[in-house]
Amino acid sequence: MTPENRSAYWRANLALLTVLLVIWFLVSYGFGILLVEPLNAIQLGGYKLGFWFAQQGSIYVFLVLIFVYAWAMNRLDRKYDVHED
Amino acid sequence: MTALQIWLYAIVGGSFLLYIGIAFWARAATTGEFYVAGKGIHPVANGMATAADWMSAASFISMAGLIAFKGFDASVYLMGWTGGYVLLALLLAPYLRKFGKFTVPEFIGDRYYSKAARLVAVICLIVASVTYVIGQMKGVGVAFSRFLEVPFEVGVYVGMGIVFIYAVLGGMKGITYTQIAQYVVLIVAYTIPAIFISLQLTGNPVPQLGLGSSMADGSGTWLLDRLNTVVTDLGFASYTGQKDSTLNMFLLTLSLMIGTAGLPHVIIRFFTVPRVRDARSSAGWALVFIAILYTTAPAVGAMARLNLTDTIQTGPVGEPTANVEIAKLPDWMNRWQATGLLDWKDFNGDGRIQYYEDKGLGKATLELAKAKKDNVGVEAAQAAFDKAQAANEATKFGGFGWKGNEMTKIDNDIMVLANPEIAHLPNWVIALVAAGGLAAALSTAAGLLLAISSAISHDLMKGMLTPGITEKSELMAGRIAMAGAIFLAGYLGINPPGFAAEVVALAFGLAAASIFPALMMGIFDKRANKQGAILGMLSGLIFTLVYIFWFKGWFFIKGTEMAANIPANWFMGISPEAIGAVGAGVNFIVAYAVSRVTAAPPEDIQHLVEDIRVPKGASMATGH
Repeated sequence: MTPENRSAYWRANLALLTVLLVIWFLVSYGFGILLVEPLNAIQLGGYKLGFWFAQQGSIYVFLVLIFVYAWAMNRLDRKYDVHED
Repeated sequence: MTALQIWLYAIVGGSFLLYIGIAFWARAATTGEFYVAGKGIHPVANGMATAADWMSAASFISMAGLIAFKGFDASVYLMGWTGGYVLLALLLAPYLRKFGKFTVPEFIGDRYYSKAARLVAVICLIVASVTYVIGQMKGVGVAFSRFLEVPFEVGVYVGMGIVFIYAVLGGMKGITYTQIAQYVVLIVAYTIPAIFISLQLTGNPVPQLGLGSSMADGSGTWLLDRLNTVVTDLGFASYTGQKDSTLNMFLLTLSLMIGTAGLPHVIIRFFTVPRVRDARSSAGWALVFIAILYTTAPAVGAMARLNLTDTIQTGPVGEPTANVEIAKLPDWMNRWQATGLLDWKDFNGDGRIQYYEDKGLGKATLELAKAKKDNVGVEAAQAAFDKAQAANEATKFGGFGWKGNEMTKIDNDIMVLANPEIAHLPNWVIALVAAGGLAAALSTAAGLLLAISSAISHDLMKGMLTPGITEKSELMAGRIAMAGAIFLAGYLGINPPGFAAEVVALAFGLAAASIFPALMMGIFDKRANKQGAILGMLSGLIFTLVYIFWFKGWFFIKGTEMAANIPANWFMGISPEAIGAVGAGVNFIVAYAVSRVTAAPPEDIQHLVEDIRVPKGASMATGH
């Protein structure tokens, strides 16, 4: 693997991490804590939306984030030919 | 023997036989099997084992009760203890798996080319894990004594015996397969009562949806709105409203997340999968299995709070006949009163129970009676009572002739333990909850014990004291260290030091402030060096410990606090539990700054960092 390829792979990885961690921050610290008051004005069924994010929604998003990361990294590994086996 | 006891012995005994059977089937023959199960665990299976490893007696027994009484504020635990897996999956697990060694201190020692760094990591690991395991052993004793009516100590001995068999014999391999079985037991035990209660209250069998549904009583009111009305009518804070400060909630969530990602017994679980990409997906599977319980818990908490309140306040607040008569209390309340988890006292002598926010009057009444009996501090107790009485009189409840909150004790744990009885579920469900609580405590204890024993036999002995040791001797040393750790944990579980209740803050604070930043910098900052890592870990550690000890007493010794542990004294309102995130920040800044002004790490270390950043060439079990 050339040094250029290596750093391109690492940059792509960091870009992916940044996007996913921004979403991670937004749904928990953003929607669940900092913006909980305004969001609570919106109802999601019997849930106030901010409360839902804090006690349910953020956890579901965390799950999606990890599987998206695993899927995207596997694709990136193959693109740069650094995958295992 | 009653029918319930027969069910209890059958289900708890059956689950124990299963764990022992697995232990004999999955014996460890090599150090690789003992430390990391030969790195051959399927990612989904590892996810399930990680979930059992992670979810402790506290998650299973106490968390729903915490949510029931804290409402929205308890969201910090839900987000904090799940969001950490995102950090673990994205920032640590794949790289540490690529590194391919056996323990967390081993990575720190190699990456920072320093035995001192490794030693600091070993100390942090042992302190965090030992304090954590005490709570699990206590949990085992409590589950036994409450359900099987055997003495607390006997319960701990039985738990020690079971863990001894499968952890000493099977190491990580035995622990992993047992944890998979324990996960199944605990999740079935947790969800069955939740499904029935959700059905009864809302008609929706899925608790996660039931919490957002309308009441099944035909009123069409949302369950959460009903709960808010019921509790605020009784003077309590709104269930869905925020009470804690935003800054403290923010930092507490962050501390729990970083701490989760930095706890060694969780991290080493990701050393057991075959490939880097398995480590990525396995973290996702772990969170799937954790989320099943963590998204059910808010429903259990809210519904149990509503059930409990409705049981006591049967009609409109203030009507004399709208409170339950003590003679007509449900059986489960009388049963659990005997355990001391639940208690009441008829302050106003009306033969009924009033459960409401009394401005501290009930507590002040009890304390005044005690002060008069012991004849100490009567004046102060009288003053506190007068103040509380005036405050109570000023509320509408004073006008009803209510003389203090008569539910003098409602332990958090009651919300899960008594759940099947509150919902009138059959005896086998109660037995299942007992087996579930034991599974949660035993699985976490085993994972912690493995982290401790591998730090001793692999990091301290093989890595520092006796490097020439053969694999066979190291395996034996690992087994002896495991046995020693079990006895220590059992001893401390039976004779808990005064600080047992404070361990969560300490374990998470240590992991967040010392271990997580060192690991993350080791992967993401090629320039991070030995000096930076050691000074960073020490400064994060000392900062966090001093802040915790400042408010909780030096080494948790009562009376040595520098300031009372109340929000007014906290720095910017940050509680000791939430300080780990700040400690992590201190660690990051010190490590970064020191690394920049000292020599760069050697060439081979920079290559090591480049190597762990790409998956290709991940070796099978290495580790020497």
